[in-house]
Amino acid sequence: MPAWPAWIDVHFISLLNGLAIGALLFILAVGLSLIFGMMDVLNLAHGVLFLGGAYTAWWIAGESPSWPRFLAALAVAGAAGALAGTGLSLLVARLARRSHLDQALLTLGLTLIAADALSAAFGDDVHTINPPPGLDDSVSLLGRAYPVYRLALIGLGAVLATAVHFVVERTSLGALIRATVADRHMVASVGVDERRVKLGVFAVGALLATTAGVLGAPVYGARPGLDATALMLALVVVVIGGLGSVRGALIGALVIGEIESLGRAVLSDLASFVLFGALAVVLVLRPRGLFGASTGARS
Amino acid sequence: MTWSRRRAALAPLVALAVLAAAPLVLGDYATAMLSRILAFALLAASLDLLVGVTGLPSLGHGAYFGAGAYAAGWVATHVARSAPVTLVAAAGVAALVALVAGSVAVRARGVFFLMLTLAVGEIVEQLAQSWHGVTGGSDGMYGIPATRLAGVALTDVRWFAWYALGVFAAGIAVLRCIAVSPLGATLRGIRDNEARMRALGYRTYHYKLAAFVIAGGIAGAAGSLLAAQQRLVTPGDLGLATSVPVLLAVIIGGEATLWGPCVGAAIVVVLRDVLGPSLGGHGPLLLGVVFVAVVFALPGGLAHVRSLWRGAAR
Repeated sequence: MPAWPAWIDVHFISLLNGLAIGALLFILAVGLSLIFGMMDVLNLAHGVLFLGGAYTAWWIAGESPSWPRFLAALAVAGAAGALAGTGLSLLVARLARRSHLDQALLTLGLTLIAADALSAAFGDDVHTINPPPGLDDSVSLLGRAYPVYRLALIGLGAVLATAVHFVVERTSLGALIRATVADRHMVASVGVDERRVKLGVFAVGALLATTAGVLGAPVYGARPGLDATALMLALVVVVIGGLGSVRGALIGALVIGEIESLGRAVLSDLASFVLFGALAVVLVLRPRGLFGASTGARS
Repeated sequence: MTWSRRRAALAPLVALAVLAAAPLVLGDYATAMLSRILAFALLAASLDLLVGVTGLPSLGHGAYFGAGAYAAGWVATHVARSAPVTLVAAAGVAALVALVAGSVAVRARGVFFLMLTLAVGEIVEQLAQSWHGVTGGSDGMYGIPATRLAGVALTDVRWFAWYALGVFAAGIAVLRCIAVSPLGATLRGIRDNEARMRALGYRTYHYKLAAFVIAGGIAGAAGSLLAAQQRLVTPGDLGLATSVPVLLAVIIGGEATLWGPCVGAAIVVVLRDVLGPSLGGHGPLLLGVVFVAVVFALPGGLAHVRSLWRGAAR
């Protein structure tokens, strides 16, 4: 055994789990963050989109999915997510002259309807979904067995984070997105139809949420109530990382992933205190989150 | 003018008398439903102190209701079954939880506040799920003994309804006193223009925190009614399953009116617990449809409709 500190050795698996959860949370939360940063719309339907993705995985791919079925589930969930995001964006736009609270409440009402429809369609049972073949094994890491699927999640999360970062920071489309986050009226006044930018970001954000649901299905399964948990974790990630920031979403997701995983391993019953504590510390020291823009996010 | 003012003063007394007489007329089921409505209406009225009066839209108010319910249940099981003791314990514990959560949450405003209260409420629910030793975990806390008042166990639905009415009336009286007091005026000032209140020398953070703690304490008192009636508290009572309907009740009824949220609470409980089960358990669906309809078609809630109607009559 190499000369690891004993603590890391004991909690090595939990640390890795934290990275996997963090990768999943990033995919979920980055859309929420960008939608809020760009439109000031708090999309409370984000959790139910995640749950919709998880049920899609179970419905199309079943308990032990083959690769084609798993990929089909990803495609269907992605398309449905993009469609739902477009619909949400259009509905919210109808309340554009009203308060942001009304817009958030609208997404909350739609969440209630969608969650009830999902539990009517799929029942109240807990559905478990296995990873696709090849990823359902374990590998030996430092003498411990570790599920390959979670390693794949970490890899995929890293790839997606790099891709989103590249698009937002290095392309002209990304410059448009960042400009809309910073000052959407200015973007509109230089002749860009900022409604289309918003529609696109809402659709992509929702697509990422349903995709995260499919990818998370082998870890979390699909069950009623998962939507509230997913929404809560995504909100905490976004609050800690700062609204409208891709880097913030990534760092926030990794921090919360480790807290969820390590906290439960070390403290079991009282891990929720740690989650609240992290939220409190960040908000007291940095009210706008770790990477919150001073202009984009409202206090 | 004096007549309408006298009528305004009389209306709550008439409402109270009708509510007090109702258990004599209603059957057992309807009386039990009335008690549920009273507990939920007190919760909605306490939330209105935040949403309507102070301008802090909380989506985690179920956490304090549930914390009060757990505290009342725990005290009744382990310490004393006397109603005043469980009531005070529930309000105290809920106010304490609200103090801890509020010291973080009231740093934010608007949708950001909504987001924080939602997250904190869900964290409290997770805690109730996992803290088996105290809360009984996901099975909930069951077998709570009947609350006793003046040596008599409140097992009769009528006596319980009257007890619930007493707690409800006391809670509403406290909220009404706050609304008309200088504290209430300050809170409305913060709602309308926080920067100006701060410039006038008010420590807005402390005022908002005070409102949050009072609202939490009264929500806890309402929670003690839930524990005493159901004799069972589950993690669901803390989470979004409570926080969303109660916010809906405030929105339906109209903010900052006190009577509006109470009427809204009655509508929500009837939709969820009476109509929902008869529609094959689609209570949440019904609530969602009403929610969307109110947001689109009825900004300002029922109270707004009433003022429009009055304006037209004049």
